[in-house]
Amino acid sequence: MSVLSLKHVTKKFGGLTAVGDVSFDIEEGEIFGLIGPNGAGKTTIFNLITAIYSLTEGEISFYGKKLDKMKPFEIANMGITRTFQNIRLFKKLSTYDNVLTACHKSADYGLFNSIIRVGKFQKQEKELNKKTETLLKLMGLWDYKDMIAANLPYGLQRKLEIARALALNPKLLLLDEPAAGMNPEETIQLMELIREIRDKFGLTVLIIEHHMDLIMGVCDRIFVLNFGIPLAQGTPSEIQGDKRVIEAYLGKEEEKHAEG
Amino acid sequence: MDWFYISGILIMSGINLMTVLGLSLLTGFTGLFSFGHAGFMAIGAYVSATATMQWGVPFIPALLIGGIAAMLAALFIGRLTLNLKGDYFCIATLGFGEAIRLVLDNIQYFGGARGLPGIPTYTTLTNVLVIDIIAVIVMVFIIKSRHGRNMVAIREEELASQVIGIDVFKYKMMSLVISALYAGIAGGLMAHYLGYAQPIMFKMTKSTELTIIVIFGGLGSISGSVVGAILLTFLPELLRSFSDWRLVIYGALVILIMITRPQGLMGGKEFSIKGITRAVKKITGRNKPIEEAKS
Repeated sequence: MSVLSLKHVTKKFGGLTAVGDVSFDIEEGEIFGLIGPNGAGKTTIFNLITAIYSLTEGEISFYGKKLDKMKPFEIANMGITRTFQNIRLFKKLSTYDNVLTACHKSADYGLFNSIIRVGKFQKQEKELNKKTETLLKLMGLWDYKDMIAANLPYGLQRKLEIARALALNPKLLLLDEPAAGMNPEETIQLMELIREIRDKFGLTVLIIEHHMDLIMGVCDRIFVLNFGIPLAQGTPSEIQGDKRVIEAYLGKEEEKHAEG
Repeated sequence: MDWFYISGILIMSGINLMTVLGLSLLTGFTGLFSFGHAGFMAIGAYVSATATMQWGVPFIPALLIGGIAAMLAALFIGRLTLNLKGDYFCIATLGFGEAIRLVLDNIQYFGGARGLPGIPTYTTLTNVLVIDIIAVIVMVFIIKSRHGRNMVAIREEELASQVIGIDVFKYKMMSLVISALYAGIAGGLMAHYLGYAQPIMFKMTKSTELTIIVIFGGLGSISGSVVGAILLTFLPELLRSFSDWRLVIYGALVILIMITRPQGLMGGKEFSIKGITRAVKKITGRNKPIEEAKS
C-alpha cells in the first residue's frame, strides 16, 4: 500500500500555476527524490502536503486517508512532518529544548497535572527527557545540547531540524534541501544518516535536493518537476539517462552549428 | 514614611504583580502583546465586588468568581481575535479594553462613571502575599511543563510549531485565558483594597503600564516580572517630592533603562539557586588567579 499518494494535484496562485497536475505514489520504506530546477514548485508540493497551502485541485492521501480540510498540526499528528529550506528552529532555545519541545506528543498530562506535579507528570517528563537524549545522541548533537540553536554551525542546525522532526515519531519525513550549505564530506555523512534513520525508525522519506550525488546515491525512485509540470519519473539510472531531464537542467543542445 | 504608607505601596505592587504574571505568560512566553488587560482587571473588580456586596460571597471565592468572569470574557474575545496576526491582535485588545471601560461607564447598576463605592476592604498585605506566592509557583509550574514549552515554541517560530503538531490556536487561547484569570483576581484584590471601583481606574494607561512592566522586567522571565512590578510601583512613589515633574521623570527613567538594557532587566533569565551559586563562583573564581599570581 502506498504511504502517500498525490492525484492530479494542482496549485494556482492567481493566474500562475505553481504546480500543475502532479501525480505520484510513494511506497512504504522508500526514499523518494523530488528534483527540478529552481522555481519548479518542489517546496510548494511540500507546503501542500503539510496543509500550509490549500489545494486548488486534486487530492492527497496518506495511507489511503484523504488529507483535505486538515490543519497543519493535524497533519503532523497523523505522522507527516518536515524540515524547511530556510531553517526554522526555535532560535533562542537550546538544542536540547528544541528537541524536548517537539517530543510533546509522547506525553498526555494535562494543565492541572503540570501544576500539581504528581504521578503522571513526573513519569512522563522523565520519558520525554530520555527520548530527547537518545535522539540527540543518535544525531551527534549531544555535545552541543546546551548551545543556543541560532549559534550552532549551519550543518548542525540542519541536523537539529531533522532531530526535531524525528521527535514526533513520524511515518513520513519530508526533507527540504537537507544538504544545502554542506560540504561534500558532510553530504556523504548525511546520506548515510538518512538511510540509518529510515531503517531505524521504519520511515518513508521524501526528499528535495539539488546535490545530485546525494539524490542519485540515496533515492530509490526520483520524480522530476519543471515549471510545475511533471517531467519524468523513475529510478536514478533511468533519470540520469533521460534526455528531457538533461535538457531541463542544462538547456537544449543546438541542432546544428552553422558552418561558415 | 510610616508603615501604613509602605504597606499600601507593597499591596499595590502585589496587585500589579498578579496581573503582570499573567501578562508575562501571554506577552513574554507566548509572544502576544496586549493593551487591554486593564479590561480584564475591571471585569474582575466589578464582579467580585458585586459578589461580596450583593450576594454575600466570602472574599476568596468572590475573587475566584471575578477571575472566572474575566476568563469567560477572554474565551469570547480570544475566539474572535486570536486568528489575527501580530499587531492586529494588539489593536483588537486595545479596543476591547476601552470597550469594557465605556460599557461600565454606562451601566447604572454599577454606578456608571461615578463607580461602585463602599466595597468592604478585605485585602491585606498578608493575603496579597499568599496569593502572589501561589500565583508565582503555579505560573512557574505551567511554564516548565510541556504546555509552557509549546507556548514558547509558538513565540519562537509559529510555522515550525504547527509542523511539529502544536495546536497554535488552542495554546494561544490557553495563554490568554490564564492571563485573564490572573488579571481578574488582581482586579478583585484592587477593588477590595481601595474600597471602591471606578471605570476610570482601568483606562488604557493602566494597560500600557502593565505591558511596560513586563517588557521592563524582560520578556520571557518570571523573575523579571516580579522585580519589575515591585520597582515600577515604588518608583512613582519615590518621585512624589518632584510633584508635577513626577511622571516626566518616571517616563525618562523607563526610557533610559530600555536604552541601556533593551532585553529588559532580567533579559529572559530567571533567578535560581544554581544560577546564584554559579555567579558567586564566577566572582570568586575570577579573584583566585590574581591571588595565585600574587603568591
